[in-house]
Amino acid sequence: MSEKALEKKVLKNRPVNGLLMSIKRNIGILVGLAILCTIISINSPVFLTTKNIMNVLRQISANLFVACGMTIILIAGGIDLSVGSTIAVIGVAAASFLDMGLPVPLTVLACLALGAFVGFINGFIISRTKITPFIVTLSMANVLRGLAYVYTGATTIRINDRGYINIGTGFLGPVPLPAIYIVVVLIIVYLILNKSRLGRHIYAIGGNEKAARFSGIDVKKVRLLIYIFSGLMAAVASITLSARSYSGNPTAGEGAEMDAIAAVVLGGISMAGGNGHISGTIIGALIIGVINNGLNLMGIHSFWQMILKGIIILVAVYADYMKNAKSNKASEA
Amino acid sequence: MPDKTPLLELKDIHKKFPGVYALQGVSFDLYPGEVHALLGENGAGKSTLVKIMSGIYAKDQGEIVINGKPVQITNANEALENGLSVIHQELVLVPHLSIAENLFLGREPQLKNGLVDFQSMSEQTSRFLKEFGLNLNPDAEVASLTIAQQQMVEVVKAISFNARIIAMDEPTSSLTDKEVDSLFSHIRDLAARGIGIIYISHRMSELFEIADRVTVLRDGKYIGTRNVKETTADELITMTVGRPISKYYNRTYNTNQEAILKVKDLSSRKVKNVNFELRKGEILGFSGLVGAGRSETMHAIMGIDKITGGTLEFEGKPVHVKNTEQMIDYGFSMVPEDRKDEGIFPFQTLKFNLTLKTIKEFINFIFVRNSKEDEIADRYMDELSIKAPNLQTVMNSLSGGNQQKVVISSWLATNPKVLILDEPTRGIDVGTKSEIYEIMNELARNGVSIIMISSDMPEILNLSDRVVVMCEGTTTAVLDHSEATQEKILQYAVKI
Repeated sequence: MSEKALEKKVLKNRPVNGLLMSIKRNIGILVGLAILCTIISINSPVFLTTKNIMNVLRQISANLFVACGMTIILIAGGIDLSVGSTIAVIGVAAASFLDMGLPVPLTVLACLALGAFVGFINGFIISRTKITPFIVTLSMANVLRGLAYVYTGATTIRINDRGYINIGTGFLGPVPLPAIYIVVVLIIVYLILNKSRLGRHIYAIGGNEKAARFSGIDVKKVRLLIYIFSGLMAAVASITLSARSYSGNPTAGEGAEMDAIAAVVLGGISMAGGNGHISGTIIGALIIGVINNGLNLMGIHSFWQMILKGIIILVAVYADYMKNAKSNKASEA
Repeated sequence: MPDKTPLLELKDIHKKFPGVYALQGVSFDLYPGEVHALLGENGAGKSTLVKIMSGIYAKDQGEIVINGKPVQITNANEALENGLSVIHQELVLVPHLSIAENLFLGREPQLKNGLVDFQSMSEQTSRFLKEFGLNLNPDAEVASLTIAQQQMVEVVKAISFNARIIAMDEPTSSLTDKEVDSLFSHIRDLAARGIGIIYISHRMSELFEIADRVTVLRDGKYIGTRNVKETTADELITMTVGRPISKYYNRTYNTNQEAILKVKDLSSRKVKNVNFELRKGEILGFSGLVGAGRSETMHAIMGIDKITGGTLEFEGKPVHVKNTEQMIDYGFSMVPEDRKDEGIFPFQTLKFNLTLKTIKEFINFIFVRNSKEDEIADRYMDELSIKAPNLQTVMNSLSGGNQQKVVISSWLATNPKVLILDEPTRGIDVGTKSEIYEIMNELARNGVSIIMISSDMPEILNLSDRVVVMCEGTTTAVLDHSEATQEKILQYAVKI
């Protein structure tokens, strides 16, 4: 009995969600990131300058928005392959809204609403039918990409509105604005996953959907909400991207879903659902951003970058898998 | 029997896992034609022992002797080569292949041109099936067979590998009584052919029916071996649990209380015209064959399946079931039948599992009262004496009995007025079983109304104040504790 009491005491003194825990949880990938940064900074003196670091932050923000939505969806046991195409559609829509003379705040609102609507359609189909999220969002991806091409005739629509462009290119002191938005979004995602009932429900559904239903969780509603959130995140990413590129482009966001999934998976979140933390996604996105930026600085061709990126992701996830397999074996007895 | 050479001898087997000494010098032997049962609570080491002899785990120390010769078994193939076959609790047949394809998986007969010789495969399978008295089509898809038939296919597969030793892990846990009878006659057949059977089960009554000897393990230690003819259930229980359980079914019956729930002509897609009343503080047993619609009735009441007709009256007021959440708010709770599939969140922590149903009490918007959450978790850890290292333990690593306690606890935390327990003790060892019975009795005494679905007849007869019998999706009888007998229940369960 006293032993049990002692164990509980030890337990209570341990910070469960603290910074220390998330460092401990992500130690492997953090070490990887540190090694990566060291190698790049030795090869390129520019890497560690404030200007470049801010640059990296801005570059990863778009991926991180999408990855935030993807994190929640993967934890709930789903997937969203339509985010890349959503980025294209919304970028094109933003450019045409501005062309029509819609004021910037209304354009932004309309884009956010459009993103949420795309997510709603995804979530609605997924929660009402038995079609898997993979198929539903893959189909949606095709439809949206096609729409973007049809509407623009495969051309780019220029954006000239300074106010809108400033959303993606502006600074607050030395910090690029998208980096500030992403901090706000990350805090929201953290609060949802770690502090809200909805968060518990998301983990429950990803862990065992049937048991979640038997526990009185409204699985359909939660599904709907998370896909809406993912669409919303794609819209935010699209707004910052189109502002930065001064254009609405039907090819924008190609492969964005894969970069987001890579970041999430690098962060140790299982594709099987029920597990993972947003801190992992942040580090995952950082790694991808640092690889892109560092290889650019080192003058490595972008084709080679793709190859290296693929290999690094595979190795990192395999290492994570081995770690889990080890700890599973230990607890099996 | 000592005049014969044993088929299998395990001598002084040791196995350590990180943090757990799973087997501490266990010995076991098996003679030709013998059914030797392994008994022990969850976590006693039965499965580890079977996994060692089938080559899944490597032993740290000890000796495996087959037909008098020491052997090394380091993988599943070597076990097969030594004539040793294991039929696991979870079936490992490939559901969308035929019986023949499953039987010859990985060793398909080939034609000269390298393609699979399906005809010879079918013929050989057909011969094996006939030899075993099974009237099945070798080309039938395995998924179309009943669980019992699939199990027999596994047995036939083992035989087709010339197995001399067959280990069966809880083979009856999802079988009906009739199927159990047929399995037992097949087991006797095998024994008559000189095959040795290792039989693992929690059901005491089965051991007395089928086994010749019983070996008891507890906490990884060898406790003893008894001839079934010379022992009693009480002795075996004492050996497995380590202490005598004085009153297994300890029940204060409750009569003459007002009805708290009235169900009239309830129908859903799977049940029709279900009628019963649940009284305050009683245990209402639900009996019937598998597929009689007992679980489905509860799913309708809990808002999981849609209700298509009939009425529900709770505490004197009509209830229109909308969804599960609403029923939980009314004070309904349901511990589901399939713990793994419907009950637990396997990769989440113990704490997550314990408190998921009560998060309203400690999470408001984004404000989490950790102290309250810990209080709920701690209370049930203590009250139901859940055995786990700590609250952060991953659910999956707990034993079945402890997982079941966690699921029950998570519902008790909602302070239910009506507690539905669907097969609450399936696959659970005797020690934990008696604890769960005690909890049920205590809850009923405190005024909680309990519905208990069970396929375990002694459980139904000894715990229920009244018994509802179902057959083919409808209620056929309600029997008082005093008038309920096995014969009477069966009579209503099969419909005359």
